[in-house]
Amino acid sequence: MKLEMKDAPGQLVAALQPISDVGGNIIAVIHQRDEKAEDDKLEVQIVLEIQDDRLNELIGRIKGKGVNVVRIGKRRLLYTQTVIMIGHIMHTDLGDTVDRIDCTGFAEVTDMNMVMPAINEPSSALIVIRAVDRNEMEQTMEILRTVAKEKDLLIIEPLEEFV
Amino acid sequence: MKIAILGMGAVGRGLLEMADQKDLGLVVTGIADSKSALMDKDGIHIDEVLEAKRVHGFCGDKSLSAVDIVNHADYDVLVEVTPTNATTGEPALTFIRSALERGKHVVTSNKGPIARKYSLLQSLAEKHGVSIRFEATVCGAIPVMHTLTQGLAGNRVLAVFGVLNGTSNYILTRMEAEGLTYEQALLEAREMGYAEADPTYDVKGIDAAIKLVILSNTIWGLDTVLEDVEITGIDCLTTDALRLADDQNCTIRLIAQSIPSRGVLRVSPRILPKAHPLVVEGTLNAVTIETDMAGEITMIGKGAGSVETASAIIGDLMFIRDHYAGCH
Repeated sequence: MKLEMKDAPGQLVAALQPISDVGGNIIAVIHQRDEKAEDDKLEVQIVLEIQDDRLNELIGRIKGKGVNVVRIGKRRLLYTQTVIMIGHIMHTDLGDTVDRIDCTGFAEVTDMNMVMPAINEPSSALIVIRAVDRNEMEQTMEILRTVAKEKDLLIIEPLEEFV
Repeated sequence: MKIAILGMGAVGRGLLEMADQKDLGLVVTGIADSKSALMDKDGIHIDEVLEAKRVHGFCGDKSLSAVDIVNHADYDVLVEVTPTNATTGEPALTFIRSALERGKHVVTSNKGPIARKYSLLQSLAEKHGVSIRFEATVCGAIPVMHTLTQGLAGNRVLAVFGVLNGTSNYILTRMEAEGLTYEQALLEAREMGYAEADPTYDVKGIDAAIKLVILSNTIWGLDTVLEDVEITGIDCLTTDALRLADDQNCTIRLIAQSIPSRGVLRVSPRILPKAHPLVVEGTLNAVTIETDMAGEITMIGKGAGSVETASAIIGDLMFIRDHYAGCH
C-alpha cells in the first residue's frame, strides 16, 4: 500500500504501529524522498502480509493516526516455483488442473509453456506457480501431486534448497 | 592378508588385475565363479586364473563351488562380488553370513544383501568381532562410506541426496545435449555398454533406490527397505521436457533423496539449475551430504567400471588390514 504522511519526526513509526497491532507482517518499507509529493508531505510504500478480513480495520487505524492511505495494491504472491508436467495434459482437462491451484486463493498458475508433439504423444508443459509463501507452495504441490496421480501425469519438481 | 574372491565378472577380474599389478600385500587364496572354484592356502597365481577364465570361460575346478571356498578356504577376508539379487539378496547373503559366522571379515560390492539385511549382518559381524564393509555398493569409486563413517565422524547427518545411477544420468545428459528421444538415448547407452539388455533397474529408478536404502540404513541405523522408497523413473521423460528446462537455464536429473526428519525417501526426476553441483555429465555419480558441523559436502566421481569398483573394494580391504590385528 502507498501511504501519504506529514514529513515530521515520528510520523513513519506512527503509521507502521497499526500494522503489528492487527497482526500484520511488514515485508518492506520503501521510502523515496525525491518522489514528488506536496511540500511537507512524504510518500511511503509498504509491502505487508495481513489477513484479508483485517484489512479494513488496518486502514481505519492508519487513518486514525492522521496518515492518508493513497493506494492499496493487489496482494502479491512472493514465492515462485517452476514445475514440468508430462502426459496427456490437454485431454485430461487442463482448465480443471489450473483451477485446482487457482481456487486455493493462496496460489496461482501465472505462466505456462506447452509443447504438443502429436495427437497420441505425451505433451510437456512448463508451469510457473506463484504462492504466498513456502508453506503454501508446499500445500499447492501436494494438490498438484494428487491431480497428477488422478490424471496419470508426471510432475517434475525442482530440487529444493535444503533448509 | 589373505583374501578369497567370489565372482569373476567385470568387478572380480578388475580386482584380481589390480591385486596382481599393485603391491598391496594381498594374497588370493580362493576364487570362485558361477561354474567352478579353486583354492590354495599359499596363494593362487592370478595371471594363470585370469588366462584360464579368458580361454575356457571358467576359472578352476568344476567339482568345487563358491560354498566350498566360503566354508573351507584359508582367508582373512571374503570379497563377495557376485551379481546383485535385489529381491532376496541370495545366494550372496548366505555366503556372507557363513563367512561372518566363521569369524571372517567381509567386503562386498553386492547391493542385495546390504539393502535387505544390513542390521542383521552388522550385528552378526559385531558378535564375531569382525567387520563387514561395502563401499563399492554405492557411488562406485566415490569413497562415500569412508567419508560418512570416518571423515565426518561426530557430525549429525541431516540429509543425503545425489545422482546414484550412471546409466540414467548418461541418458538424460544425451537427451539434453543432443535432443535425442529417450528411446534413442537408451539405445546409445546400450551400444556404449552403459546399459544392460534389460535396463529396467536403471531407468525406473530401482538401482538408485536400492543405493538410497543402503545409505539411509548405514547413516541413520534405519531398517528401511526398497518398498519404502517413493520411486519415479526417467522412462517417461520427453525431449520437450528437457528443452523446456533448458529454456530456464535448468536441466533434469534423476535425484535420490533421503531426509528422515521430513519423512522424505524418494527417487525422482527433478529440475536443477545447470550450475548446480549435482548436475554431472555422462555416467558420473554425485552425492551431497548435509551435516550439522561440516555443512554441505558434495563428491563427484565414477559410479561404475571394473577398476573403479576395485578401487572401492581395495579401500575397504586396506581399512581392515590397518584396523584389525592379524590381517597384515
